Amino acid sequence: MGVSAASWIHPVLALALSPLLPGVINRVKAFFAGRNGPPLLQGYHDLWKLFRKGGIASRTTTWVFRAGPLVNFACLLAALAVMPLGAVSAPLPFDGDWLLMAYLLGLGRFFTVAAALDTGSSFEGMGASREVQFAVFAEPALLIGLAALARETQSLSLSPIYAGLAAGGELPLRILLGAGFFILYLAENCRIPVDDPNTHLELTMIHEVMVLDHGAVDLGFIQWGAALKLWVLGALWAGLLPLGALPGPLVRLAAGAGAILALAILTGMVESVTARVRLLRVPQLLVGAGVLCALGLLLTFR
Amino acid sequence: MQNGIGILLIFLILTDLLLLGSSRLRNAIRIGAAQGVALGLLPWLAHGHLTGAALLLGAGSAALKGVVFPALLNRALREIHVRREIEPLIGYIPSLLIGTGVLAAAFAFGARLPLPWESPSPLLVPAGLFTLWTGLFLIMARRKAITQVLGYIVMENGIFALGMVVVEAMPLLVELGVLLDVFVAVFVMGILVFHINREFDHIDSDQLTALKEGAP
Repeated sequence: MGVSAASWIHPVLALALSPLLPGVINRVKAFFAGRNGPPLLQGYHDLWKLFRKGGIASRTTTWVFRAGPLVNFACLLAALAVMPLGAVSAPLPFDGDWLLMAYLLGLGRFFTVAAALDTGSSFEGMGASREVQFAVFAEPALLIGLAALARETQSLSLSPIYAGLAAGGELPLRILLGAGFFILYLAENCRIPVDDPNTHLELTMIHEVMVLDHGAVDLGFIQWGAALKLWVLGALWAGLLPLGALPGPLVRLAAGAGAILALAILTGMVESVTARVRLLRVPQLLVGAGVLCALGLLLTFR
Repeated sequence: MQNGIGILLIFLILTDLLLLGSSRLRNAIRIGAAQGVALGLLPWLAHGHLTGAALLLGAGSAALKGVVFPALLNRALREIHVRREIEPLIGYIPSLLIGTGVLAAAFAFGARLPLPWESPSPLLVPAGLFTLWTGLFLIMARRKAITQVLGYIVMENGIFALGMVVVEAMPLLVELGVLLDVFVAVFVMGILVFHINREFDHIDSDQLTALKEGAP
């Protein structure tokens, strides 16, 4: 299953559809709370509004502040270039690209954190510190999980890994990694058990507080980047489903996108029924995700 | 069938990890009960077909570990007003990390262990060993006597799972005897915990080493 014209559909699809994901999550949460909620297309309206605005930046900031959102967005775009969906090969697969993907997410995070520190605000520094602290626990889990997939399918690139996984494989491994990746998805995207995207208090924010000083186009890129991150990590999760039995690359791509949307609905449900865990307990949750992935890796050593 | 036993054993391993990371005693008892009920299915899945012995063993163990033990432990819990393990000797995150290391060791050991019979699943020996060691770890690393009793039950769960390897050879009577032993032990320990608590106002077992009450 090599690179074909269909490979380029996924990045375009992701760019176009990702602003829908926060809208879906918000609608599900509103449904559970008995409200109407914002329109599904609110994300697009916000982006349209923000990209037409002229921005201002504080005089204490440097170019790092402006670069943060852009670098994060670029990192996610680059991650899309190696991330397959629905067992259709990514546009630019190569050996070892799973490691690159993990590091691209890390680089994006680094620049978001650097931009937050660049403002000199104490609240933003606090958010940055928490973000990095949780990343310390989340990144090993992601790498161990990806290593388990690489070992299971005996390949070193995400596209053949997911193609092999779609063809069939161990059910226990899928369940373990599915649970582990779901916790990572919630943590990396600042969803509720870890961070509350709707909180109004700087003291309790993690991701939201890091972007408080950004506005206009920068904020637009941050929101689009956050939506893209939902999509990329969703694709990581959706690849664990056995989608390989479906005929034709277009059908598989549609099924993959459907799985990502379903994951967004699931996220909305989780956010509606669970409370945020205490900050001190978050590492325990993430270590739990790491243990699930490590158990998956152990299973492949038989 | 192979998938079924695989998922069951993964469930066993996951419940072990949950036990290592949970501080609420009521939850821990519930997890232990779920583990016991799940293990009741194991004789059937390991045999591959439903025999009278497997049914008796499975139903007996599920009833004992899923209903009787939790009821005994919950009764003790009510009487001594303890809700959670406050300060374990080894914290929860270190416990989880040690658990992962032990799990790796169980897999490494399970792969090398020569077995007289073909194991029904390659996961069976590692999962059984890990459950056994988790029970031992709970007994060593927790202060409250209730958690230690629970660790003892978990240990027995591990022995039960390991026994499935030799399920063709081990007579039913031996298994039932082990179950009876554990039942009596848990019964006695439940009463003991109550008495220790009435005597000393706590069940922190590590304080029992200082015998002189009141004297410096």
